[in-house]
Amino acid sequence: MKSRSRALIAGVAAFGVIASLAACSTGGSASGKTEIRVATFPPGADAAAYEAFATQEAQFEKLNPDIDVIGVEYEWTGPTFAVQLAGGSLPDVFTVPFTDAKTLLENGQLNDVTKEVTDLGYADKFNPIILSGVQDADGNIYGFPRQAYAMGLHYNRTLFEQAGLDPNSPPTTWDEVREDAKIIAEKTGKAGYAQMTMNNTGGWQLTAGSIAHGGRTQVDNGDGTYTSTIDNPGTEADLQFLHDLRWEDNSMGSNFLLDWGVINQEFAAGNIGMYTSGSDVYTALVRDFSLNPDDYGLTVIPTEGDDPGVLGGGDIAVVSPTVDATTKAASIKWIDWYYMQKLLDKDAAIADAEALVASDQAVGTPVLPVLDQATYEQSREWIAPYVNVPLDQMSGFFDGIFDQTPVGEPKGKTQEIYALLDSVVQAVLTDENADIPALLKQADKDAQALLDGN
Amino acid sequence: MTILDEAPALIESERESAPVQRKRKRTPLTWFRGGGLSNLLFLAPMIIVFAVFSWSPIIRSFIMSFQKTNLITTSWVGLDNFERVLSDPLLGTAIVNTLYFALLALVFGFPIPLLLAVLMSEVKRAKGLYSALAYLPVVIPPVVAVLLWKFFYDASPTGVFNTILGWVGIAPQPWLQSGASAMPSLVIEATWAAAGGSIIIYLAALLSVPPELYDAAEVDGASVWRKVWHVTLPQLRGVLFIMLILQVIATAQVFLEPFLFTGGGPNNATVTMLMLIYRYAFQNSLGGNYGEATALSVMLAIVLAILSFIYFKVTERWSSN
Repeated sequence: MKSRSRALIAGVAAFGVIASLAACSTGGSASGKTEIRVATFPPGADAAAYEAFATQEAQFEKLNPDIDVIGVEYEWTGPTFAVQLAGGSLPDVFTVPFTDAKTLLENGQLNDVTKEVTDLGYADKFNPIILSGVQDADGNIYGFPRQAYAMGLHYNRTLFEQAGLDPNSPPTTWDEVREDAKIIAEKTGKAGYAQMTMNNTGGWQLTAGSIAHGGRTQVDNGDGTYTSTIDNPGTEADLQFLHDLRWEDNSMGSNFLLDWGVINQEFAAGNIGMYTSGSDVYTALVRDFSLNPDDYGLTVIPTEGDDPGVLGGGDIAVVSPTVDATTKAASIKWIDWYYMQKLLDKDAAIADAEALVASDQAVGTPVLPVLDQATYEQSREWIAPYVNVPLDQMSGFFDGIFDQTPVGEPKGKTQEIYALLDSVVQAVLTDENADIPALLKQADKDAQALLDGN
Repeated sequence: MTILDEAPALIESERESAPVQRKRKRTPLTWFRGGGLSNLLFLAPMIIVFAVFSWSPIIRSFIMSFQKTNLITTSWVGLDNFERVLSDPLLGTAIVNTLYFALLALVFGFPIPLLLAVLMSEVKRAKGLYSALAYLPVVIPPVVAVLLWKFFYDASPTGVFNTILGWVGIAPQPWLQSGASAMPSLVIEATWAAAGGSIIIYLAALLSVPPELYDAAEVDGASVWRKVWHVTLPQLRGVLFIMLILQVIATAQVFLEPFLFTGGGPNNATVTMLMLIYRYAFQNSLGGNYGEATALSVMLAIVLAILSFIYFKVTERWSSN
């Protein structure tokens, strides 16, 4: 009997431990303020970035004493986004790329913010092409476009100098890119040119390369259906370019399994001469990958062929569809203050720039206007005294970007088709005898099957 | 015959004792007095943990294999997911790659630990030190080990392995950067990482071989090789067979190495079954094909269940022997 009661006590104790552990997970705002969980930076951002964020958080909470902002690490990556979305662990305010906005809209996974956008006076100010990406068929708005980029050619000025090239005269044609890459590889032993190939970035970059060579990888039929046009002369020219650099010139180094994070890391470490990526990557290169600003150069990507363009994209700030009305209102206030006001209001722009400069964060990184051109230029004037990015090292981009034709990312099954194209790029870079026309034909067929699938 | 004769007597005695049993019928009170509640409370944490983290996901994924879902909107689609998975051209690639991995893992991973265990069992001094050294890779967290090897596999002439090859006049190898050499590279790391565990098991089995057998073989003038062939291996037969089946089951589920080393590349050369399941579920950023992912998981589970059944049958026979 004694042992039984002892066992009973032990059992109750064990259960109690589990119950108390379970209770630990429940929490809530004890202060009575409205708590909002907002996206901050990708994991790995340096401490100074968080200092700048803390300053901005304090400024916001001073203006809105009834709101408690909680910063949450956040990075958009294909795999983790799906899990966070499904698991309900996304912050209340987060950003998604333009490419995913349409599908999220169709799935009912975004919060309708039409009234708020209109009330705040943004509805007429957004670039209409960009705004259409976050509107449903009835014109309802589901997010705030907050930043846009165009593909640019990033290059390492120090490697250019070491190879005897003039860093102030970056290449302007694909042939020049090839020549410079070869010289860099021969003179420095580093990769003259590198290309992303993994986790959907290979497809993203191949699409950009195709457009820059005059191709388009998808046609929007306007009735909710899309036609794959991956197998076009532009894509073939881009793949042939990569093939030649890899197999004829041997100027692409030895690592062909690179995604966004790894290529940035390698570039910041001085192992890559040139690569193409979004024009806004400088902020991350300095903040997350410790790039030496003196090494950095940016110019426009060369455009050739009939009707070439520059791939553009960007992201939108959205509110989680699961929040209640009070949290939604607080979230909108945060979006307006944190993302939008600095584009429209002089004081907000200056306060934002001051907070960033105080923590050595990048101010003035090249982005494309999400609002109208005049507002964009005005906002850049306001922050001019605080700009700490090496603008003169980016002059090639600023001088050329507004002469290029912006082209949006394909909208049908974007990420799945990018993933499909990853293996095409990998095949060309790892198999000398890869049959480019056959690869394209197959990819086109597979992409169309995906587009027809649902 | 004896048993048959005794059977009616047993039934008779059961009849006689029936009223007694009825008296002892279990009631909630007897259950409680018998310690039922404390037993249940003891088991509760384990049952809850298993139910929440193991059984419920298994049941959920089985159900999901018949659904089209993004975890927010769900509809029943019958066997569509299975049909789509079976018609996916990548499935064939994934099966071939997984079998290739399993084959290479057998070629590298099966004899090497055995050989090392036999050698180590012959060592007279510092046996513990060798065992510890052999087991060390198992202690290193798998992700750390893979990232470390990724560094070793640097395909440039200055990469660690390529530098070593350079010392003996061999040209730099592409390692992970070529479809042909990526899979063997993965297997070499996997073998290194897992060999320690196998060596310890083989060593234990070797110690159980009766020394008289070796003495007898020595008296008969057997060489070392003949002793290994005629004494050691037959004595280890049971362990070897179990290790083989366990390895086949483990290699069918290989994921970590292709995921971290190559992401399934180059050009799908290292896409395994589990990589494909992962891609179905998580490649599309907006909900994923969870139905297809779970359908393939269910099919893989059935195949592995058959393998496990064979394994149980074999071990049963082995035990009875």
